[in-house]
Amino acid sequence: MTYIAKPAVRNPALPKNSLGLTRRDYEGKISTLCAGCGHDSISAALIQACFDLDLPPHRLAKLSGIGCSAKTPTYFLGAAHGFNGVHGRMPSLATGANLANRDLVYIGISGDGDTASIGLGQFVHAIRRGVNMLYMVENNGTYGLTKGQFSATADVGSKSKRGEVNIYPPIDLVRLALDLGAGFVARSFSGDKDQLVPLIRGALTYPGFALIDCFSPCVTFNNHEGSTKSYTYIRGHDLPIVDLIPPRQEITVDYEPGARQEVTLHDGSRCVLRKLAGDHDLNDRAAALALIEEHRRRGELVTGLIFLDPEGQDMHMRMNTVETPLNALRYEALCPGAETLASINAELR
Amino acid sequence: MQKTDITRPDYFHKVVDCQWACPTHTNVPEYIRMIAAGRYTDAFMLNWYSNVFPGILGRTCDRPCEPACRRARVEKEPVAICRLKRVAADLKGEFEHLLPKVPKRKNGKRIALIGAGPASLTVARDLLPLGYETVIYDEHAQGGGMMRSQIPAFRLPVEVLDEEVNLILGMGVECRFGHRVDSLKAVIEEGYDAIFIATGAPRGRDLQIPGRAEAAANVHIGVDWLASVAFGHTTSIGERVVVVGGGNTAMDCCRSALRLGGKEVIVTVRSGFKEMKAHPWEKEEALAEDIPILNWHNPHSLVLKNGRLTAIRFEKVRAEYPDGRRKLIPTGEQVEIPCDDVMLAIGQDPVFPWIEPELGIEIGKWDLPVLDPVTFESTRPGVFFGGDAALGANNIVSAAAHGHAAAISIDLYCQGKDLHQDRLPPGLNLSSQKMGLHEWSYENNYAGTHRIVVPHAKKSVALANIKAEVELGYDVERAREEAERCLNCDVQTVFTPRLCIECDACVDICPLDCINFIADGEGNELRARLRVPATNPDQAVYVDGPLATGRIMAKDENLCLHCGLCAERCPTGAWDMQKSVIHLFQAGGICHE
Repeated sequence: MTYIAKPAVRNPALPKNSLGLTRRDYEGKISTLCAGCGHDSISAALIQACFDLDLPPHRLAKLSGIGCSAKTPTYFLGAAHGFNGVHGRMPSLATGANLANRDLVYIGISGDGDTASIGLGQFVHAIRRGVNMLYMVENNGTYGLTKGQFSATADVGSKSKRGEVNIYPPIDLVRLALDLGAGFVARSFSGDKDQLVPLIRGALTYPGFALIDCFSPCVTFNNHEGSTKSYTYIRGHDLPIVDLIPPRQEITVDYEPGARQEVTLHDGSRCVLRKLAGDHDLNDRAAALALIEEHRRRGELVTGLIFLDPEGQDMHMRMNTVETPLNALRYEALCPGAETLASINAELR
Repeated sequence: MQKTDITRPDYFHKVVDCQWACPTHTNVPEYIRMIAAGRYTDAFMLNWYSNVFPGILGRTCDRPCEPACRRARVEKEPVAICRLKRVAADLKGEFEHLLPKVPKRKNGKRIALIGAGPASLTVARDLLPLGYETVIYDEHAQGGGMMRSQIPAFRLPVEVLDEEVNLILGMGVECRFGHRVDSLKAVIEEGYDAIFIATGAPRGRDLQIPGRAEAAANVHIGVDWLASVAFGHTTSIGERVVVVGGGNTAMDCCRSALRLGGKEVIVTVRSGFKEMKAHPWEKEEALAEDIPILNWHNPHSLVLKNGRLTAIRFEKVRAEYPDGRRKLIPTGEQVEIPCDDVMLAIGQDPVFPWIEPELGIEIGKWDLPVLDPVTFESTRPGVFFGGDAALGANNIVSAAAHGHAAAISIDLYCQGKDLHQDRLPPGLNLSSQKMGLHEWSYENNYAGTHRIVVPHAKKSVALANIKAEVELGYDVERAREEAERCLNCDVQTVFTPRLCIECDACVDICPLDCINFIADGEGNELRARLRVPATNPDQAVYVDGPLATGRIMAKDENLCLHCGLCAERCPTGAWDMQKSVIHLFQAGGICHE
């Protein structure tokens, strides 16, 4: 880990967004993770995406559980709200916070242990409820904080640093999310910011639950030969299928006809996509599942946006809650008094 | 883009902006680290070997290093390199045992040095340890040349000057002081093996305006007047003094006048304030002594009453740039400034009436000798030039640089070697500064402090005595704090592509966004595509690769803090912080570090 703070001095030519902020205004404290950790790249991608979207840092909330991944919210968006909770319980925090204040942008950071093992029950219910959030899994297939045991996302046959072979099949979080009705499902790689940053932008603006299962190599315990979550392995097996196109490039860059697709979401916002391989139908859940299975058999890791539901609903829509965040409602509105209660009770008699 | 060849000494030398900008290429970051560590004597010696006059230059240098300093691009103010050099000279301990030994047995070659200024002294310093005999001629009774005659004592105390001049003379120079050379032929006839001419630029320019001849008694040529003050011939001046000119000589004139009885001293300049030739800090010092600087004043005529100067009249001008070049247009307005004395400080030139035309030394454009720019040899073999006499009025540190170059040439010439072919090219040494996992042999933490102000003497004390030094120099604590502002630009980011796994850790951590992993491209096209486009054409982009993904690494050197965070965050050691030491050889193939 680095002992000195990142110097506050910055490049005077750094671009500013519409809020007059530079990318560096979205940074947090210096990372204490191992040098070269994929998680740090994901933090940098989050910083870039929030900067690009002109998000006011104080209108964001970062939530996490336990693990290397759960430490990372300290390393980005130092001016945002944050809550570091119990292992695997980040989805509960997000659900509660979102219920109380639907106006904030929620970023949940989790790892493969925090999500696929101890927090699996929480994960699936957050999807089921459709909490409007970006759920980022920093997936390295190993328990780095406890020195390199296989996690539940490690592939069968993958080797640990000491040479043991993993015997259990992995939990595929993307397939789980597809099955449970998530509206925005993507898989990416910390080493490919060109793909990751637009995906984060898309996920942050998507009005519903958005999962990014992001390969994030553990340089210390899972970056060796025989690992299927190393920088080299992922680079060699990564198959990008659909990219989100950054808004600024939508008009300026020419893509081959057919490769470009525009999707309008139910809240009126637009998403522009670029298909890189095959003719995958993004709005077809079954096709997405089949696609992953087909490439898994070929030993390919499909990355990019895998499924997008333009009609997806979030928790508040399903529950028909008021537009005003609950925490902004006045006491009289939240608790209308004995008379109102009596009249409601009377209706039910 | 072409892969950067970091084994070429010039590449990393150029990254050390201060060292590159210095005419003598003094290893600035190294001596600043020594000062930070309290190693003042070592810092002094490093400077002495390189620029010969640390105590003098630490007070009077033109400091081309400071505008070049990377710190000025990152923050606002450069590191106070010059004033730190003074600290080394002020606080040094015993150093005599560190000086080069001069052999008792000589090599039989005798060299004449004409003019005892910084250029000649440098040649003597470089050649004496090699066994040469040197004979130095000067019209004045003491050595130092224009360092003595032109720099007022309130900027450069005589003791400091004497110490460093005498150090060299004491190495065994034969001094023929008080001996004005009126004929080069006569010197040649004495049978020297080589002759070095460094007679400065002693002729101050005059101004022919109406009244000039009539007012001669009260119109002074700046350089002559300063020399007269330095040698004690002039001790007073009228109460109302107008200095004409905007260069450093003008600043020295006005401040000296203030100390010799001037009550209303005014500087007048044809140009605007910004375009003045004087250094910003020299202008500041004059302004700090409440001397008004009047810009856009073009001298028109001198006003006399009863044969005595009473005022100087100016025509006000304004600047216009019809074809990009400045033209001064009279506004029609005239102003008269009452005065008792006028000083002309509008430039100075070398003059060679004492060089006989038949000697084959060609004098070319601007009355300057025709020279080989590398060897400083004139059109007559064995006769070399240096200092202001070589390239026109410049500064002390350039004179020292000329002296080093000429000494190499003289040494080669005396051995019958080729002055170009047998010159040693610069060398480069790179050594890792890694001490532990995240420990470096230098202070890599960025110090956010702003430039530390040098304490000044009280104005009442300073103005009362022309010999009272105005700047008091840094004390130990201030020097240490200022030294920490140095970015250690000589500790280079060295990239090894085969170790890189392209994890982006360096890109994410770099505080100045210098590092890129990007598709290959050419020149400006690549520069424009960087995370923060590389818009400073004077600064290189370090390119290496291709890497496993086919991309290249491209690092804009412009604003790099040399903080080493890229190397700290690199999991594979693809980035390393390595100190670059540039070996520049002096006469005899000697290289001091």
